[in-house]
Amino acid sequence: MSRALALEVIAAGKSFGAFRALDEVSLRVKPGSVHALLGENGAGKSTLVKGLIGYQSLDQGQVMVDGREVEIAHPRAAQKLGIGMVYQHFTVAPGLSVAENLLLATGKLPLHIRWGRVRAELSAFMDGAPFKLALDAPVSGLSAGEKQKLEILKQLYLQQRLLILDEPTSVLTVQEADEVLGLLRDMAHRGEISVLMITHKFGEVLAYADEVTVLRRGRLVAQAPVAEATHDKLARWIMGEPEAGESAEALLDDAATRRLPRAPGSREARLEVDRLSVLDDRGLPRVHEVSLAVHGGELVGLAGIAGNGQRELIEALSGQRSVLGGAIRVDGLPYAATRAQMRERRVFSLPEEPLYRGCVGKLSVAENIALRNFDQAPIRRLGGLVSYRAIRAQAQARIAAFKVRPPLPQRAMASLSGGNVQRAVLARELSEPVNVLIAANPVFGLDFRAVADIHARLLAARNAGAAVLVASDDLDELLQLADRLLVIRNGRIVYEVDAASADRAVIGGHMAAGH
Amino acid sequence: MSEAVVSTLAIGMIGGAIRVGTPYLFVSLGECITEKGGRVNLGLEGILVMGAMSGYALSYLSGSPWIGLLCAAAMGLCMGLLHGLICSLPRVNDIAFGIGLMLLGTGLAFFLGKGFIQPQAPQLPALSLGSFIADPRWRSALSINALFPIGVLLSLLLHWGLRSTRPGLALRLVGDHEGTARALGYPVATVRIIATAVGGAFAGVGGAYLSLCYPGSWSEGLSSGQGIMAVALVIFARWRPLGCLAAAMLFGAAGALGPALQSIGISSGYHLFNAAPYALTLAIMIASCRPRQTLGGTPGELSLTR
Repeated sequence: MSRALALEVIAAGKSFGAFRALDEVSLRVKPGSVHALLGENGAGKSTLVKGLIGYQSLDQGQVMVDGREVEIAHPRAAQKLGIGMVYQHFTVAPGLSVAENLLLATGKLPLHIRWGRVRAELSAFMDGAPFKLALDAPVSGLSAGEKQKLEILKQLYLQQRLLILDEPTSVLTVQEADEVLGLLRDMAHRGEISVLMITHKFGEVLAYADEVTVLRRGRLVAQAPVAEATHDKLARWIMGEPEAGESAEALLDDAATRRLPRAPGSREARLEVDRLSVLDDRGLPRVHEVSLAVHGGELVGLAGIAGNGQRELIEALSGQRSVLGGAIRVDGLPYAATRAQMRERRVFSLPEEPLYRGCVGKLSVAENIALRNFDQAPIRRLGGLVSYRAIRAQAQARIAAFKVRPPLPQRAMASLSGGNVQRAVLARELSEPVNVLIAANPVFGLDFRAVADIHARLLAARNAGAAVLVASDDLDELLQLADRLLVIRNGRIVYEVDAASADRAVIGGHMAAGH
Repeated sequence: MSEAVVSTLAIGMIGGAIRVGTPYLFVSLGECITEKGGRVNLGLEGILVMGAMSGYALSYLSGSPWIGLLCAAAMGLCMGLLHGLICSLPRVNDIAFGIGLMLLGTGLAFFLGKGFIQPQAPQLPALSLGSFIADPRWRSALSINALFPIGVLLSLLLHWGLRSTRPGLALRLVGDHEGTARALGYPVATVRIIATAVGGAFAGVGGAYLSLCYPGSWSEGLSSGQGIMAVALVIFARWRPLGCLAAAMLFGAAGALGPALQSIGISSGYHLFNAAPYALTLAIMIASCRPRQTLGGTPGELSLTR
């Protein structure tokens, strides 16, 4: 008999205030299959699975496990039923070791832990596991990919029969993603587990899933065997009928055609960096005497393998990290990234991981949008008072313009999905005329509609004459967007090329040389 | 300086480290437990003073210092429980409530303890570990109160327990990553409440030491901030129980500097030397301050460090 679990959800529903996050959604995960759950950010995927694993209860609907109706009121209940969740945001304790994290996951610890015996057991498990990690390694030292593997190992160690994966590959390299998903699919097809996988990536759905369910705005829009699905069909399901004046294709085409050539003669350097050196978190030099210039109406891509100093460089340019040596100039004048200078010279930035580096998660969306201008009229009123009415009015206008969902200014920023956090940050940074824009991994982990949207906004800023610097770990993204490419390696700019004559292989070689 | 003077000073410092350091040890172990769970209890100062007062009062009224000690521990447990429960309410800040508890505890202790300033209560017994040594200086330094070995045992036990017991691991998990603890179904609030209550009991015992061992009487100026300094001490000890033991001894030795110097005839600047632990606190805070990196071993959920 197969160990894999059969799951059925019937007419699940959930509301947050007036916002209907999930509406009459039903789905079936057949035992021993990989079921993909697809949808944009905010389509209700996370809400559904949070209900399934008892993290946040559903308002309506039934859940059936192996044909019996069950109640899942808290995570322990889901665990008892054999449902395990692999979260997108890691739920491992960084201060504890791999062994301690695995042991804690079991939830049935003896009062006195005999580490000798536990370690022997864990080593035996690790020997038979699809991927290996050192048991004594502190989790804080693991890479994102290794943490993701630990999350999956935890569930396998618990011998769970249904794994729910929340965007499992968003932090993995392509090779890691193929390895992880391939192994999980093989386990499913051997009848050891069933898998319910939330994802944005069509390639993964088509390659690894057996069936697919698509949600849009909290409603079920399609359910089909993957054999019957194609890339185009999936796209159409996710996007729905084209809204007035936009469709996926139009949006993408738009982004492509809006890449107007620069008008000759407008090449004054807006952002100049002169022999800039920056320290990293450990106090070691990470950026070594980097010089670069970005001109008006130009989008410069900063390519490099993660960890080569691009984060530190971008943070220094955005005023988030102090500078060891060298100079930054904006419009030819020295620039120290103070609030006054940012405002006066209209320098804006899109930090990576915007929720942590560009927002205050506990503040509302409206307050976050006002962070740039709460100390100016019309929000700042006579006597230094802040007008909440003006904050809300500004937020409402910008939320509508940038399509932030849910469109509720009073929601805490941290409660928004990744794409909508980025949209809200864009709404703050790009609503006024931009002179210089500095962005880092602006579409990391976002669905393709959000990607297209954000790329279009970056290009629009460039076309309006701004100097745009975009750092990204994704070379293809930069090749698509940039006018000129710089490659950073070991904290130095090692290669520069016009996008028109750029060769992917040559750039890749410069990124990786010496690795 | 002659050899005898140096040895007198050294012996005085060692004896003082144990004598003055014991309350630091208990309070810091208590704070260590609380902070491992992800909360800070600044109210330990108030709990310490309440423990000192109630321990002294019960020892005097019952005639048994051990009953006094138990009462102090129970008092600490109750006050810790209060902190734990109230800080589990939504939007209550543990630091702010801790300061409130500190003021409440000291104020209440001064009010309730007025009548016990004069009478002499029975004291906890001392163990004469140095009775076979002829040198009277060593003998007095090694006349150790019963609470010190208990404290050493407790720090060893905690060191082991945090790693090798279910409650220890659950406590560290809750303090390290609340989301994970919730996802695994651990009752975060309950664990923290228990941790704060137990931490309070430790601080109560630390207070009883002050009034029942050394200096060994109840007065309003008894504590002089040991409860607050324990917070610094726990950071210095990197949230390790054995580190707490070492740090408590170091602070104790610093506190004994003034009396030890006096014993060799240097009495000028006595009060200045008595300020040594406070100077040490500041020095440690500056030395361990790294604005660009977080300390190793820091519980991830601590509001102090987040």
